[in-house]
Amino acid sequence: MRYVSEFRDGRTGRGLAELIRRRADPERKYHLMEFCGGHTHAVFRHGLPDLLPENVELVHGPGCPVCVLAISRLDQAIELATENDVILASYGDMLRVPGSRRRSLLKARSQGADIRIIQSTAEAVELARAHPEREVVLFAIGFETTTPPTALAIREAAALGLKNFSVLCNHVLTPSAIQSILDSPDVRELGRVRVDGFIGPSHVSTIIGSRPYEFFAEEYQKPVVISGFEPLDVLAGIAMLIDQLNEGRAEVENQFVRGVSRAGNVKAQKLVAETFELRPEFEWRGLGNVPYSGLRIKTEFAEYDAERRFRVTEKPVRENKACECPAIIRGVKKPTDCKIFGTVCTPRNPIGSCMVSSEGACAAYYRYRHRRAG
Amino acid sequence: MCLAVPVEVIELLEHDQALVDIGGVRSRVSLAFVDDVEVGDYVIVHVGHAITRLDVEEAERTLELFREITDHLAAENNALRQ
Ligand code: SF4
Repeated sequence: MRYVSEFRDGRTGRGLAELIRRRADPERKYHLMEFCGGHTHAVFRHGLPDLLPENVELVHGPGCPVCVLAISRLDQAIELATENDVILASYGDMLRVPGSRRRSLLKARSQGADIRIIQSTAEAVELARAHPEREVVLFAIGFETTTPPTALAIREAAALGLKNFSVLCNHVLTPSAIQSILDSPDVRELGRVRVDGFIGPSHVSTIIGSRPYEFFAEEYQKPVVISGFEPLDVLAGIAMLIDQLNEGRAEVENQFVRGVSRAGNVKAQKLVAETFELRPEFEWRGLGNVPYSGLRIKTEFAEYDAERRFRVTEKPVRENKACECPAIIRGVKKPTDCKIFGTVCTPRNPIGSCMVSSEGACAAYYRYRHRRAG
Repeated sequence: MCLAVPVEVIELLEHDQALVDIGGVRSRVSLAFVDDVEVGDYVIVHVGHAITRLDVEEAERTLELFREITDHLAAENNALRQ
C-alpha cells in the first residue's frame, strides 16, 4: 500500500535504530510511554524492542479503547441487549470482552440477543432506518479519532427524523488520561512507573491537533512527540524524544507532519463540540474515575442518548482477581507479570480485555513475543 | 479499532461520499470531515470516515529525510571500516 510500505522499509529502520543508539546517552535511561495500543502493536509486530539499545525502554500506556472501558459500562450494553430487546450495534472488538459474571456480548448473542457488528457508525443509522419497528442502540466507544463518526451518526439520525436510534456513549479523551497517569501515585509517589516522555498517537491528533498536549508538556515538563503508526515513524519519534531529553527540552513536536497540524481537524472538532459535552468524571478501567475525561450527549440531543432513553443502571462489579489488566493499563505491570498469561488466558480464551482487543498489550505480547520465545 | 490507513480517492460520490482504494479493495467512505477532496488525493480513513488529508509532499519529505539519515550513517560506517 502506498504511504504504508515505504514507512516499513527494513534498511531505513535499521538506519534510524542506529541513529537512536548513537544519540542515546549510555549514562542515562530513557523511559518512553507509547500511549496508544496501536503503537504497542506496531512496536512488537515490527520487532522494535530488539532494535533499541537497552537503556531505551518503552512503557505501554492506557490507549486501548476496549481495555479502558469499565466493566460496568460493558455490563450496561449487555443488559440493554438482553433485557430491552434492542438491536445493539457494536464494533467487533467488543464482542468477546468478558463482562461481569462471565458474560459477554458474544454469549448474549448466542442466547438470542440481537447484536450486530458494524464497521462504521453509518451502518448503525442504516439499521435504524431499515427496522423502524425496533430500537437500535449504537454502543459507542473510543478515543478522539472515533468520536466524530459517532457525532455524525447522531446528526444524521436527527436529520432523518429517526425515532428509534440512540447511542450508548463511552467516548474518552486522550490528554485527560495522560494527565491522570502523570498525577497518579504510581508515578508521583510510589515511583512504580517512570515516564520521561510520551509518544503521542497521530490518529488522535489528526482530529485534536498537537496543541492539547502543550499544557502538560510545559506543566509536567515531559516532552511529547506525536508519531505515526508505521515502524519508521515510531523510530523517528523515539529519536526526537531522545534529542529533547538530552537537550533538557519538554516540548510538543510533530513527527507525523503528513497528517497532523497544531490545530487539528476543526470541522470534526466543531461537530463533536456541538453534539457532546464533558462529563464531570468518567470511570476508566485501571485508572478509576478521571475528571473531565469522558463525553456525554448534550441535552439538545437527549432523545438519542441511550442512557436517558433506557434508564440503564450502573452496578458495581468485581474485577477478575487473576487478571492484571488494570495494572497493565496503568503501565505498572507487563503482560508477562500475569500468572495466567499465555496459559489460561490466550486470544482464543481471553480472560481480560487486554487479551481480547486488537490493541491490548496482552494480545500484542502473545501474538508477537510469546510465540517467538516459545 | 483505532487503526487508520492512507487511501487514494478513486471517485467522488453523492452525499459527501467517495470510492477509495484500500490495498486493492474498493470501498466507500465518508468525506464529511474533510473539505475539497479531489480524485487522486490521499486521505486517512478510520472506521469508514476520512479523518484528514494525507499531505503527499510532506510524506515524501519525511521519507527523503529518512533516506538521507540512513545513507549518511551507512557512509560513515563504511569510512570507519576502511
Ligand atoms: S493475560 Fe489475560 S488475565 Fe492476564 S492480564 Fe492479560 S488479559 Fe488479564
